[in-house]
Amino acid sequence: MPYVRTIPRVRWFFRHPRYVRYMTREVTCLFIGAYTLLMVWGLRELSQGPDAWRAFLECLASPASIVFHVLALMFALYHSVTWFNLTPKALPVQRGEDFIPDGVISGAHYAVWALLSLAILVLAGAF
Amino acid sequence: MSERQVELEVLRYNPETDQEPRFQRYSVTCREEWVVLDALNHVKENVDPTLSYRWSCHMAVCGSCGMMIDGEPKLACKTFLRDYPGVIRVEPLAHFPIERDLVTVIDDFMAKLARVKPYLIPKEPAPADGSEYRQTPAELKKFKQFTLCINCMLCYAACPEYGLIPQFIGPAAISLAHRYNQDSRDGGRAERQEEIAATEGVWECSFTGACSEVCPEHVDPAAALQQVKIKSTVDWYKKHLMPWAKE
Repeated sequence: MPYVRTIPRVRWFFRHPRYVRYMTREVTCLFIGAYTLLMVWGLRELSQGPDAWRAFLECLASPASIVFHVLALMFALYHSVTWFNLTPKALPVQRGEDFIPDGVISGAHYAVWALLSLAILVLAGAF
Repeated sequence: MSERQVELEVLRYNPETDQEPRFQRYSVTCREEWVVLDALNHVKENVDPTLSYRWSCHMAVCGSCGMMIDGEPKLACKTFLRDYPGVIRVEPLAHFPIERDLVTVIDDFMAKLARVKPYLIPKEPAPADGSEYRQTPAELKKFKQFTLCINCMLCYAACPEYGLIPQFIGPAAISLAHRYNQDSRDGGRAERQEEIAATEGVWECSFTGACSEVCPEHVDPAAALQQVKIKSTVDWYKKHLMPWAKE
């Protein structure tokens, strides 16, 4: 009988560093999801009037909240950079005989990201 | 010509006598320019004729000698001993059942390969005057890299999804289907989509990218799978939002 090797169902990604890097990218979604919930909560507080909103802002200034924001920002950056770097694989563009260089495809994504971020900062009155 | 003593730790399994595999150590005097396959051949010819493994061309063309070398899927004919300072651990390709020693059971891959119809299904009948199908250099370049696959199955041994969900059609078979789908002479996409656009096709892929990292021929299976995902998604939207548009 052929021998079938078993794979650990939960801890399989510790088998190789590239699997750990992959899982890190996947785990970033938890922080991005949590941040989205935080924004929904903020909207709710805003709808409850000025006192509720002020309390929410005070909450955001707490050390735990600042630690969370720094972590969420780091994970969001890691998520975005790893995905943008993969975009040339999914979206190859052929012009004539040759394919457009990978850097142009991922670069276009970074450029749109920067433009949108700038637009949001302008809308938020940061300048 | 310099020589070096190399320690090989090879996974052995004899289905007639063993309950489970075990490692066996071989100490081999190797030449500096040898690859792992040379060391295995030396063991088989001079030390232990019972050692079983697959190989044929010794030049990274046939795709037979794929095995795990220090935990990484590699072609034994392309992996130089000089790149490994310590004991070299040699195991059969991961995710496949072990037939004997380093020989794996590859029936699953062969069946999946047949399912995706990796051959040209002509879009139009051959020209009546007996001339060839015409193709421009740009049309050739569109799929050329995916023709370089040698069916060595290293990508299956690297793919964690295939390890956890063996029903997954997997990187090489889907890349080959994509190769024919991208061919200007081919008209078989609808037949292949039934296999590769299904749950067990591209949608089991979570884009770990390990397949492309280990491919000895620098094919990019991860790219092929993401492109199939995008094209299949476009198909779905066209079918449901624009039912009047023809395929």
